[in-house]
Amino acid sequence: MSDPLQIGQFSFQSRVMLGTGKYETLDQMDAALSASGTEVVTVAVRRVKFGDQDGPDILGRLKGKYTILPNTAGCSTAAEALRTARLAREILDTPLVKLEVIGCPKTLYPDVPATLEAAKILIAEGFVVLPYITDDPVSCQRLEDMGCPAVMPLGAPIGSGLGLQNPANLRIILELVKVPVIVDAGVGSASDVAVALELGAAGVLLNTGIAKAQDPVLMAEAVRHAAEAGRRSFRAGRMPRRLYATASSPLDGLIAR
Amino acid sequence: MQVYVNGDAREVQPGTTLAELLTALAAPGSGIAVEVNLELVRRADHASRELAAEDRVEIVGLVGGG
Repeated sequence: MSDPLQIGQFSFQSRVMLGTGKYETLDQMDAALSASGTEVVTVAVRRVKFGDQDGPDILGRLKGKYTILPNTAGCSTAAEALRTARLAREILDTPLVKLEVIGCPKTLYPDVPATLEAAKILIAEGFVVLPYITDDPVSCQRLEDMGCPAVMPLGAPIGSGLGLQNPANLRIILELVKVPVIVDAGVGSASDVAVALELGAAGVLLNTGIAKAQDPVLMAEAVRHAAEAGRRSFRAGRMPRRLYATASSPLDGLIAR
Repeated sequence: MQVYVNGDAREVQPGTTLAELLTALAAPGSGIAVEVNLELVRRADHASRELAAEDRVEIVGLVGGG
């Protein structure tokens, strides 16, 4: 049964996207990515450290195995995000960019006006922009209208592992936005993944939830199963919620009272 | 003359090209991108781009991240 995640011209079987930060070793990262079944992994752009020539070669580990989605993490202005996106495209020769413009160092919440400003310019430059954004419907709609082929509202602050803090907002976003909605940030465990996908999110993007699990590889495997379960549950359509009980066994034919 | 490479001052000969600077730094041949004064300089232009005094060069690669 084919049920691909379609983002613009890109098509994926897995609905899990993973970050590549915070792992103890690259071997651990490799094993976790593999166990998760992910096809899309994010990376960050940073200054090369000269004199550290034996530094980890993350690109070598990822190239050919995954679609690499460079991010603009750490950028706090639209201008920085534009520069970072262009540098990433030069390195990877990919139009994909996960646009992040951070408005507050403590919460790492997106700077919405700066994100919209940067998205508009990057789209005009031919980038395929996947924006990290607040979980408010209007911002998501603005980005969709601009031409983002997916939107990535946060579930909770980056790295918090708090899970979906506002499922009602996510439901509204899912009703109003037609492009795929990827829940990014705050996804702390497999159950968070299942909840997001069961609500109808097209996918999830997580990093810390796996990298900082006690056993990252096992959590990655759990996340893969949770995504599959959540997606199937969404497609199956859950029963309506009721306040009172309705018996599952027939009331007819009960023995004498 | 002096230029700045990833924030650190460095002496180079006048007329040094970006490609020559990268060679002198033993920068990797792939997996990096370079900006001069906040503008991306495409790989194809590294050999022809001459540095000027006080140029600010950023040389970046990819690291793990979310």
